Amino acid sequence: MSSRTLAGRAAIVGIGATEFSKESGRSELQLSVEAVQHALADCGLTPADVDGLTTFTMDSSAEIAVARELGIPELRFFSRINYGGGAACATIQQAAMAVATGVADVVVAYRGFNERSGDRFGQVSRWAAAQVNTNGLDNAWTYPLGLSTPAATVAMQARRYMHEYGATSEDFGRVAVAGRRHAATNPAAFFFGRPITLEEHQASRMIADPLHLLDCCQESDGAVAIVVVSAERAADLPQKPAYIAAAAQGSGRDQFVMTSYYRDDIGIPEIGVVGRELWKQSGLTPDDVPMAILYDHFTPYVLMQLEELGFCGRGEAKDFVRDGAIEVGGRLPINTHGGQLGEAYIHGMNGIAEGVRQIRGSSVNPVDDAHHVLVTAGTGVPTSGLILSA
Amino acid sequence: MSTDVVRPVVSRDNSYFFEGTASRELRIQRCNACGVLRHPPGPACPNCGALDRGWVVAKGEGTVYSYVVHRAPQVPGKQLPLVIALLDLEEGVRMVAEVTGVPADGPDGLRIGERLVVDWNVIDDELTLPIWRRPEGERQ
Repeated sequence: MSSRTLAGRAAIVGIGATEFSKESGRSELQLSVEAVQHALADCGLTPADVDGLTTFTMDSSAEIAVARELGIPELRFFSRINYGGGAACATIQQAAMAVATGVADVVVAYRGFNERSGDRFGQVSRWAAAQVNTNGLDNAWTYPLGLSTPAATVAMQARRYMHEYGATSEDFGRVAVAGRRHAATNPAAFFFGRPITLEEHQASRMIADPLHLLDCCQESDGAVAIVVVSAERAADLPQKPAYIAAAAQGSGRDQFVMTSYYRDDIGIPEIGVVGRELWKQSGLTPDDVPMAILYDHFTPYVLMQLEELGFCGRGEAKDFVRDGAIEVGGRLPINTHGGQLGEAYIHGMNGIAEGVRQIRGSSVNPVDDAHHVLVTAGTGVPTSGLILSA
Repeated sequence: MSTDVVRPVVSRDNSYFFEGTASRELRIQRCNACGVLRHPPGPACPNCGALDRGWVVAKGEGTVYSYVVHRAPQVPGKQLPLVIALLDLEEGVRMVAEVTGVPADGPDGLRIGERLVVDWNVIDDELTLPIWRRPEGERQ
């Protein structure tokens, strides 16, 4: 292994979360603090051991505020990643780079919000169009014309994808059915005990045609925190380490936030950039990965991710997901926690935690021989991904 | 109701477009050095690197590349359902387009490949937006 690689040099040793709800009843800062406390307790560390914090630019709780509440004495590393849910796996990349280089020893990535009881991302976010920066300028081409919700921006991509490849709404629905099946046996999931059928997916109301309500993830309150240390340090801690075999970010040619519509072939090539880097860093291939956590804010993007990551060819995901292939027992189970459709929408961080549980063998929906788990962050935006290994 | 419309952030890099709509011109940025057309615009030409840009007036015709029928949630200043398309303009650039006069669904609903023409949606004295409709006299 070259010393110039990140592969295998850091590990996730602790995970923690609050409950996932629609009304947490407490501040976003408190949610993040609770999640970090749980994550540290999970790996036998204390706030005094932490010297790095990383989160999303969208998070409302500054690193210094989290450090103050926890009694973390000094921080040697702090950073934030942009682009909404695309940041999820990149926070782990930040942490891994910091501990692999000795810039910090114990870095915690966190994300906490009242996304259902507070600012709901599924509504029209006027602030996003009013930003006096290039993101605000980009939104000048969509918001004033009424294209102003995440679901609608994805629906535009989904319609073209259906036209190009013959995918149907039922093909999208299979992603929702799989997520809800897995959530149904996960006590931490909001939709615990509430699976859906494909018929129920088809009967759910239209939000942004061709997307039905059940193509869209939940809105949730909650927080997740993840502790990263070097591979050497991980060996001394109580939990089985989830080694970071690869961690990558990706932005595509002519990239926008949710509205990359001006490329010849639209779609989500940004996750292709991530995928190529993950395979290169890890030395693995899609055949080596028995399961994946694919960011499921909207079902069509799960199909498109399967293609961009190389699990199947372009336009073939509609066939790939048939016959329970993406459910436990299938050839590539995905989102075994229930995903953001079924467990909760914590901007992808809860999916990383599930990847860790699969490596540890502690998932409520275990996949046999899950020695490698691929995890992705939000797509349609500059994004990121991880491969976790036993 | 229309005064509720979300307003565009206007800067030196996109003001030509909204000055154009105010005078009922659909303008496309053109690089004065290499001639490449570009939408959305920006201060530099990704093709040749020049920082010298102007614009041309588009013919105002486009072909539907994709579209969405937005039904929920409510959108400020718009009536639902709202049909929004992605149009390939004859000049070769692509543009998001609010569509009017087309049923939200059914056999007369919008189709990929359909041709639309530009019209004008005067919001108030300070803002006019393009709005697209089917050409008059053609099959609905």
